[in-house]
Amino acid sequence: MELGTIEDPSSSTFTLSEEDHTLANSLRFALNQDPRVTFSGYSIPHPSEARVNVRVQTTGDPASEVLRDSCQDLMLMCQHIRSTFDQAVTDFTNEKGLKDMDIKK
Amino acid sequence: MEKGSVWDLPDVPEGQLPPHIQLQRTRVHCNSDAPTHTENVQYSGAYSSLGVDNSLQLEQFRKNFRVDVIRLEKEEMEFDMVGIDPSLANAFRRILIAELPTMAIEKVLIANNTSVVQDEVLSHRLGLIPINADPRLFDYKSENDDPKENNTIVFKLHVRCERGSPRITVKSDELKWLPNGSEFSLETSAANSTSKPKTYTSFHTSQETLHDFSKKPIAPCHPDIILAKLGPGQEIELEAHAVKGMGKTHAKWSPVATAWYRMLPEVVLLKEVEDERAEKLVKTCPVNVFDIEDVGKGKKRAVVARPRGCTLCRECIREDEFKQDIALRRVKDHFIFTIESTGALPPEVLFTEAVKILEDKCERVITELS
Ligand code: SF4
Repeated sequence: MELGTIEDPSSSTFTLSEEDHTLANSLRFALNQDPRVTFSGYSIPHPSEARVNVRVQTTGDPASEVLRDSCQDLMLMCQHIRSTFDQAVTDFTNEKGLKDMDIKK
Repeated sequence: MEKGSVWDLPDVPEGQLPPHIQLQRTRVHCNSDAPTHTENVQYSGAYSSLGVDNSLQLEQFRKNFRVDVIRLEKEEMEFDMVGIDPSLANAFRRILIAELPTMAIEKVLIANNTSVVQDEVLSHRLGLIPINADPRLFDYKSENDDPKENNTIVFKLHVRCERGSPRITVKSDELKWLPNGSEFSLETSAANSTSKPKTYTSFHTSQETLHDFSKKPIAPCHPDIILAKLGPGQEIELEAHAVKGMGKTHAKWSPVATAWYRMLPEVVLLKEVEDERAEKLVKTCPVNVFDIEDVGKGKKRAVVARPRGCTLCRECIREDEFKQDIALRRVKDHFIFTIESTGALPPEVLFTEAVKILEDKCERVITELS
């Protein structure tokens, strides 16, 4: 993973190696939802290279900071998704367990 | 009609989107020619001129996000995920297919194969067999690593069809797990015949003593996968070494038969459809989305009873008759997710693992940045 920056820290391109649409598309979503971002997009320069370029332009804050916050947001969302999912599965199995017992009676 | 001044028009209400824009934002409109409003508006300031904030608010997300399990079986599950952006739903799908590790046969040492199935075809078939070992208990084996108890699973297969007996079918239950590693000795070790002859693996302990493999021995997930057929006098003797890998290297390491999602269909009757027309509408739909409801006084009315089943075949809006009466839409943030596991891990575990992997990816970026 490397970082390509010019003098202006508010717009940068980040190169994420060993990543693809999976992370880049989710990141672009999180970035675009941040009010500090004026533009963000990603591209895969060549399909046989495992690498994505993520472009971030902000209203003034350093782009790397905004990218970090977006990653943080994504992580929090993931954690919430995981706990909600686990809860839903437990609820479902409990309910099913009860129903199965009714049948046996 | 008298022309009024623009200044007399009512103000656009601040803080909420007008209904038609809200509809375009949250629904895909499936028209008879092509779907429209398929895009997702992600930019936080997209509606700022209307005083609407489109940015990501975790609190809001936490409140709206919902998961409903519809079906949960040993190897298959279906659930609804509501209130999430397609980019995330797609990330989970992609991770499930290509980035969750599993164990699969990677190396096959063939001692004897006189069957009609060629060595390479047989090896490929072996590779595709799902193995019921939890990949989280194993390490990746790199090129230079010795095959050890923590990165390799060894199976033996030795079947022979005796002369004069009928043909036999070799199935995956013939693959016998060797918890102590390979039994084939390396040729070079024959010279210095010290203690144990060296084999193709260097296990220190039996895998049976590790974790709880003794309670749940490692084997193919399904005992009835046909590998080859043997005629009288034919024989297969081989050893298969399974290692940990990921679906993006080869599909044999994909833990799911497939994982997919679809958006929830929404069928709306814009106008009342009554009596004969109602009967006709019910007959038009091949999956029985519509039902007839009695409204008393001998009158009947069509209602949308099972929109979830709608396949969006658009049969109901093909003819002009109902084109104006029905709106077919898809809810953009409601995903009906289906996971079919190959058997190594149950589907609900697979999904939580997939979410964890996306988290790890984010964490990696964070550590790189700081
Ligand atoms: S699109 Fe097809 S499946 Fe859906 S309601 Fe119309 S006829 Fe039925």
